[in-house]
Amino acid sequence: MSGTAPALAAVLALALGTYVFRLTGPLLHGRVELSARVRRLLSAGAVVLLVALLATGALTEARGFAGWARPAGVLAGGALAWRRAPFVLVVLGAAATTAALRMAGVG
Amino acid sequence: MALVCLAGGVVGVSFGAIAVAGGLPVWLPVVMSLLVYAGSAQFSAVGILLAGGGPFAAAATGLLLNTRTAAFSLAVADVIGRGRFTRWIGAHLVTDETVAFTLAQPDPARRRAAFWISGLGLYASWNLCVLLGALAGSALGDTGRYGLDAAFPAVLVALVLPALRGDTGVRRAALAGAAAALALTPFVPVGVPVLMALTGLLLLGGRTA
Repeated sequence: MSGTAPALAAVLALALGTYVFRLTGPLLHGRVELSARVRRLLSAGAVVLLVALLATGALTEARGFAGWARPAGVLAGGALAWRRAPFVLVVLGAAATTAALRMAGVG
Repeated sequence: MALVCLAGGVVGVSFGAIAVAGGLPVWLPVVMSLLVYAGSAQFSAVGILLAGGGPFAAAATGLLLNTRTAAFSLAVADVIGRGRFTRWIGAHLVTDETVAFTLAQPDPARRRAAFWISGLGLYASWNLCVLLGALAGSALGDTGRYGLDAAFPAVLVALVLPALRGDTGVRRAALAGAAAALALTPFVPVGVPVLMALTGLLLLGGRTA
């Protein structure tokens, strides 16, 4: 169990902090108004984090290059998303492309 | 509405499956979904844990992503109401999707109905689907063979694309941030590069169409 204890700690810290964020509105009810600038910074910050996550997740593995099969699959999924394909197709397209490349011997 | 539940369900199944197939115990993604209940933060935290990052980086990234829920909860505070019970329960149901549904309604009564129906419906379907995915994930075995490691970044692409399409400032900040994160990856512990990507926000600028 010692292997999952840090993961559980991360989950609980994330859960508690997120709930505090969510309570902000109901508890401060009507007493604060966020400026448009702060709202924009918060939503842009989320996008910046997600793009950095997908870039590092697509290209790197254990601090090195992840090989070509994975980024190729992500690119295929991204192309489907760009064409506004349904979500399930994006996920399946990405996984299938990577799986097919690996079967063909691409790392 | 039903369509969004369905789309959320697919994300939920893939979240459960990816987490368990990556080596986490079945209960972890399930407990996480019930308690954290925020798709992108859950994917990010699990992605960092699976990549070998520390629990601190995983929690910090998820929390930074969820700061926006504070802004959302302010936006729907009226709709949630003032009752003690409704406040404590309603707060937990605040997500990107419920807020979008709620604010799309024309009058207060319908906003209230939309918040509670979409909130409870999405909570139920999300957690059910994560459980199904987690159970399926344990039967998968070697995930590399199915290309599941490409699924998580692809999910993120689908999530951010709408925000990137319309706003050049956000696009500039995100690309600069991602470049910084990639450049730092070989040199710093896993999870840290993503946090450093926030420096990209310096390039955000004012609102542009």
